[in-house]
Amino acid sequence: MSDLSVNHLLGIKYLNIKDLKLIFQTTDHFKEVINRKIKKVPSLRDVTIANLFFENSTRTKISFELAQKRLSADVVNFSSSSSSVKKGETLIDTVNNILSMKVDMVVIRHPSPGASVFLSKNINSCIINAGDGTHEHPTQALLDAYSLIERLGQLKNKKILIVGDILHSRVALSNIFTYQKLGAEVMVCGPKSLIPKYIQLLDVKVETDLFKALKWCDAVNMLRIQNERMSESYFPSIREYVQQFGLNKNILDSLNKEIIIMHPGPINRGVEITSEVADSSQAIILDQVENGVAIRMAVMYLLASKLY
Amino acid sequence: MSPKKILNAKQISTILHRLSFQLIEDHNNFSDTVIIAIQPRGVYLAERIMELLIKDCNEMKLGLLDVTFYRDDFRRSEKVLKANKTKINFSIENKTVILIDDVLFTGRSIRAAMDALQAFGRPRAVQLLNLIDRRFSRELPIQPDYCGTQVDSRLNQRVKVCWKEKDNEDAVYLFKNS
Repeated sequence: MSDLSVNHLLGIKYLNIKDLKLIFQTTDHFKEVINRKIKKVPSLRDVTIANLFFENSTRTKISFELAQKRLSADVVNFSSSSSSVKKGETLIDTVNNILSMKVDMVVIRHPSPGASVFLSKNINSCIINAGDGTHEHPTQALLDAYSLIERLGQLKNKKILIVGDILHSRVALSNIFTYQKLGAEVMVCGPKSLIPKYIQLLDVKVETDLFKALKWCDAVNMLRIQNERMSESYFPSIREYVQQFGLNKNILDSLNKEIIIMHPGPINRGVEITSEVADSSQAIILDQVENGVAIRMAVMYLLASKLY
Repeated sequence: MSPKKILNAKQISTILHRLSFQLIEDHNNFSDTVIIAIQPRGVYLAERIMELLIKDCNEMKLGLLDVTFYRDDFRRSEKVLKANKTKINFSIENKTVILIDDVLFTGRSIRAAMDALQAFGRPRAVQLLNLIDRRFSRELPIQPDYCGTQVDSRLNQRVKVCWKEKDNEDAVYLFKNS
């Protein structure tokens, strides 16, 4: 177990358990590095990485960029709002043009599911998926699992709940794959209209009563309502959603047990989670953000070692 | 060809005692000196030497340093370079650092180690202690300050230091890689 089985990080689907373990072990070391006074190592000093963001992002973009800088990589940033994509250039042309300027690795976020897989088949470069539409967001799932392992020791036979807009969430799908590969049981909970029709085929439990679902789980991942991906109404009103699926202190107190609370961000305070809960000691939301940099350093380090 | 034993347990013990006395001579009570072992195999040697030193000086500081992320052969070797734990929970600012590794070969690990040390402060001086010095294989201008023994070996040979804690015996072997 010394090498990743893949040359790109397109989704958790393509990784095996050895890959996950190798990534987590490497992350341990990078977490120690980013807690030093001088947080930089020279490993990737001859690697150039392009961050292509065809969709808005704060956390993921900053996290990737910090990770790249702490590995001493050279970074170029691209965002679609200020680019020639607006002039009608295709994705392949855009990326090929950037690659001809000798870029070794591409981090891409795109609104279309499968954009990164498509690129990896058509372009000769190492691709890292930073979120493709409603499909996958592998680095988020890796950092979620890593943060949970820090608290729970391991995930085997643990029960993990994902609440909210499962239908439009790329985090949900990557999370399900990761947790299952690590031996955990997964349940999703949300309004019926926001749960994909055939999700049971993934061996996932479905529950529409938040209290029952919380009773069952050891940890819960609260997802945001992805209004930007909704062209129609999926539930009567935000108010009704909050009443049925919002996580607040009352419902947590009534469980008589302490569960771990995660959120991939951005938080809509007062909608899926109240401020009181988001800022409580049960919530590991800021640990997730810290681990995000270390996870991304590990992924880029391991993939870069496959560039010859 | 079977490996050739260069040092046995008794010889290693004698060398360790000599190295410890040399360190005590130069560093008095170790109030301004710290020991940093290079991962993975420098740690066994450092722990042995610490054991001998601790009798004379009680305030010894030992740190573990992993140099993987500072190596210059990243992306040049076939395998991923796998990291080990770094644990230095003291400042090396203005201290004399004694780097400890079992075998000094090309000198590249030591160069990486000196790079890595910068993340933990500016030491007053850095010294190097090795059990084995493969003196004709150096690729960089790096020499040990404290040396167990010198071994004349060719590039295709391999020196392995075995420790009781890990390999069930104290010994040093010379292997010939075909």
